[in-house]
Amino acid sequence: MSEGRVLLAEFRDPETLLDAARRARDAGWQGLDAHVPFAIEGLTEALGLGPTRIRLAMLIGGVLSGAFVYWLQWYSAVLDYPVNSGGRPLNSWPVFLIPTFEATVLGATLTGIVAFLISTGLPRLHHPAFAAQGFDRASQDRFFLAVADPEVDAVRLAAALDGLGPLSIREVG
Amino acid sequence: MSATADKPTLPPEASYAGMIGRVADPVLERRPGRRWWIGFGATLLLTLGFAVCLAWLFIEGVGIWGINTPVVWGFAIANFVWWLGIGHAGTLISALLLITRQNWRASINRFAEAMTLFAATIAGLFPIMHLGRPYRFYWLVPYPNTMEVWPQWRSALVWDFAAISTYIIFSILFWYWGLIPDLATMRDRARGRIARYAYGAFSLGWRGSARHWQRHDALYRAMAGLAVPLVVSVHSVVGMDFAASLMPGWQETIFPPYFVVGAMFSGFAMVVTLAVLVRRGLGLQAVITERHFDGMGKIVLAGSVAMGISYLTEWFTTWYGGDRIEYEHLAYLFTGDYAPLYYVMLFCNVLVPQILWLGRMRRNIAVAFVVSIVINIGMWLERILIIWNTLSHTHLPSMRHVFYPTFWDWATLGCSIGLFAFLFFCFVRLVPSVAMHDLNKRLHQEKEARG
Repeated sequence: MSEGRVLLAEFRDPETLLDAARRARDAGWQGLDAHVPFAIEGLTEALGLGPTRIRLAMLIGGVLSGAFVYWLQWYSAVLDYPVNSGGRPLNSWPVFLIPTFEATVLGATLTGIVAFLISTGLPRLHHPAFAAQGFDRASQDRFFLAVADPEVDAVRLAAALDGLGPLSIREVG
Repeated sequence: MSATADKPTLPPEASYAGMIGRVADPVLERRPGRRWWIGFGATLLLTLGFAVCLAWLFIEGVGIWGINTPVVWGFAIANFVWWLGIGHAGTLISALLLITRQNWRASINRFAEAMTLFAATIAGLFPIMHLGRPYRFYWLVPYPNTMEVWPQWRSALVWDFAAISTYIIFSILFWYWGLIPDLATMRDRARGRIARYAYGAFSLGWRGSARHWQRHDALYRAMAGLAVPLVVSVHSVVGMDFAASLMPGWQETIFPPYFVVGAMFSGFAMVVTLAVLVRRGLGLQAVITERHFDGMGKIVLAGSVAMGISYLTEWFTTWYGGDRIEYEHLAYLFTGDYAPLYYVMLFCNVLVPQILWLGRMRRNIAVAFVVSIVINIGMWLERILIIWNTLSHTHLPSMRHVFYPTFWDWATLGCSIGLFAFLFFCFVRLVPSVAMHDLNKRLHQEKEARG
């Protein structure tokens, strides 16, 4: 995410924001983002953001954790501390699958959370956008389009958004 | 259920800010009323009582309870199974209804998840309390130790430990991750400095960026996908605590699914109980509507029917199997020492919920409340009877005896309910009880559908 100047255009409803986002994307501007109070279907595509690889990370994390815990059980029960429990095979794989499953879920979850924090840069308590007047409503009922393109200034943005009636256009950072 | 999913559940004139105000204002603007203080004080006393129960237990040992050979499991294990069952509905509501796109869940999932968190945590205490040497519970963890021993992986106790600790950690993270955007909303609405800093820190600096939302959505949905098999696994493992034994009445292959169904059933009943209280206490009539009670009523009803079928299956397989010991166990259920309680349980779990076949009754909030309380009592009876009936009617007739609960049995159960209520009283004053961002997402969809 670029750290320089950010232009914020404020909208009253999600549909107009989606229109604005599509225009900005079609204009080929860089550093597009939006600040909205709830997940809006189609916003990612409208802004042209790439797909996220969180789920892939979760899959890998889950499989590795599960494999580790299975190996741990196998190592302890077969090699390090074999106990003959009613003549059952030392490698009692059906019951070993229970802790393996739990470890897979836990590992996938923790990996997903770490991946989320890395890819969003959170926790981060400061950001230029917070300085914008009225930005506290981005978490309530206002929908902001953010453009961080050095080529674009407030006038160009206003011209591009002509007809969409943004409530305000601000520059921060 | 599809009918409920498509029909609008929120008032047509609702606005985004209005919805947020309804949920956030009781926490941020309104002072807690007299009723809240009374409830808070009373449950605080019970929580202290729970601490006393724990202290006396750790000083004196498990002999303070009514357990004795052969009834070596008593209230502690029944309470554990009961609390953990209640702790299932929150994650299920949240995850299963999310995956199946039942968006009306937005009004109820937050406090249902909080319920899960509190109930599962309390449940997790009971097996430790039940240990003869509770200070050694960590021996269940595989860690390199100077004794050079490992946990016995074939023991149901070890599976239990793995399942429950995973479930509690998972529930905390799932609840918290769903909460982060709402904490940011609270940060932006709070007027006090301390509140703003606290909410700001816990929201991790969330600014609703499209990238945040994209990743949040991906993570949250993937977690929901993991939650469903996890929930099923947890109570299956609890069922296997019983089924992996050789006791008549326990050693049944139906136990894992039967425990899972019972868990959903009692958990949903508790969600209904809490929904009625939260709705009234916080004035959320516009957010939690009769349609929500309608939807939950259908799930409770389905649970009741599934429970009835499970009981029938148990009886049928015992009769059809023709094993004499099992047959005597079945006769003991209906004619033995605990038979009156068994009939009460059947009445509570199978008969009473049938009233929910009537749509008018499902939407009647007083009826929903009473039915949910009755089910909670019935499900607790089921948990204790599974233990009592099998252990009292042991293989050696000269050993058979009836369990009589002591004062400390009742006190521990009652105070654990008090602790649960205390945590809930704190919860409703500290964080928004309804997922505001999900609620407004739902509102947006309804507005779009209306055009």
